[in-house]
Amino acid sequence: MDPQIIIARRVAKELRQGNLVNLGIGIPTLVANYVPSDLKVFFQSENGLIGTGPIPEQGMAHPLLTDAGGRPISALPGASIFDSAMSFGLIRGGHVDITVLGGLQVDAHGLLANWMIPGKMVPGMGGAMDLVSGAKRVIVAMQHAAKGKSKIVSKCTLPLTSARPVNLVVTDMAVIGFPDGKATLLETAPGISIGEVLAVTEAELAIPDTVPEMKI
Amino acid sequence: MKAVSVEEAVAMIPSGASVMVGGFMAVGTPERLLDELVRQNKTGLSLICNDAATPGKGVGKLFDATLVSKLTATHIGLNPKAQQQMLGNQISVDLVPQGTFVERIRAGGCGLGGVLTPTGVGTLVAEGKRQIEVDGKPFLLETAIRAQFALIHAFLADYLGNLAYALTARNFNPIMAMAADTVIVVAEHIVPVGVIAPDHVVTPAPLVDYIIANG
Repeated sequence: MDPQIIIARRVAKELRQGNLVNLGIGIPTLVANYVPSDLKVFFQSENGLIGTGPIPEQGMAHPLLTDAGGRPISALPGASIFDSAMSFGLIRGGHVDITVLGGLQVDAHGLLANWMIPGKMVPGMGGAMDLVSGAKRVIVAMQHAAKGKSKIVSKCTLPLTSARPVNLVVTDMAVIGFPDGKATLLETAPGISIGEVLAVTEAELAIPDTVPEMKI
Repeated sequence: MKAVSVEEAVAMIPSGASVMVGGFMAVGTPERLLDELVRQNKTGLSLICNDAATPGKGVGKLFDATLVSKLTATHIGLNPKAQQQMLGNQISVDLVPQGTFVERIRAGGCGLGGVLTPTGVGTLVAEGKRQIEVDGKPFLLETAIRAQFALIHAFLADYLGNLAYALTARNFNPIMAMAADTVIVVAEHIVPVGVIAPDHVVTPAPLVDYIIANG
């Protein structure tokens, strides 16, 4: 299975009935494709919409209805529209149950860096800092390593997104949580051994007595 | 409220002015005003806008024409020209978390000196800012933002200047319409008074100074 799809399918299992969910760009966006049809969740687009629907059929796009990347979307029955102050009030105010974001690095204490690479990539943080500071649960969906280099690091070398640690990291190799503030291997991806995870993880990982395989 | 031509409206904006522009990735941006800013070559603008859009669209046109000298925004990653101008020090850029950006503008429009937000505590964003504890939790003091001009996109404007917005084109428009000395509006439709029901007015008429008349 494609690594990104493994990640998206596993993250989708974290969503609960009635959750208000904000998905970042990249792998997180794919999560919406794997939500069971009987599970009612509300997806927020931070440019001012709860109830985002799929890309409209050819010729049906409205120029004034887009996602946060400016791409045409639709709105589901029961959707609501609001201004940016309300949108970020929802985010910072703890009304968003789950946000799923991409990551550049997550450290041994769960701190996330995902918004800039000094000297190389300075796009601006957009809504990322508010999402990490304010959502009830923060899930990072990212590849375990980039170009052979672990993205789960002892200490972030890139600028932090927030002083608040994330709750869960889902990669193509593992699920990592932070009970008592310490990176802990909770699950391994199908066909991946604990040893293989440790071999490509820079941060020290606590290993519980049982580490089940991800169910996707 | 006064109806004016787009040429008259932009003639009021001097080079070097501070200008807020509504929109999110150019959705909900008053394109006609931006086209006219380019045509009248208003340089040295201090631009306050969520993002830099993309070249050729929305405020992206201002970067195409190198009219911006200072930018306050949350994300410019999708406009390579704005990035180049930032990295080449042709424009000074203040990058602000999006929730902080909108609250600073809201504060500016509501007579507040600023807001206290947890966003950015312990990050680069906190540098040089006052950190204040409230009930044991740390917050950053983020100061209010206002501008000389707000350029607003609405879906409906009535003859008095009451505004209603559509879909995700609302975004920053109603907040910015509170936070500038002069508010100039481009509406998709200008309609008789009463067409927008009082319950559906988002920006009340007294906030609007100018509406761009139909051509």
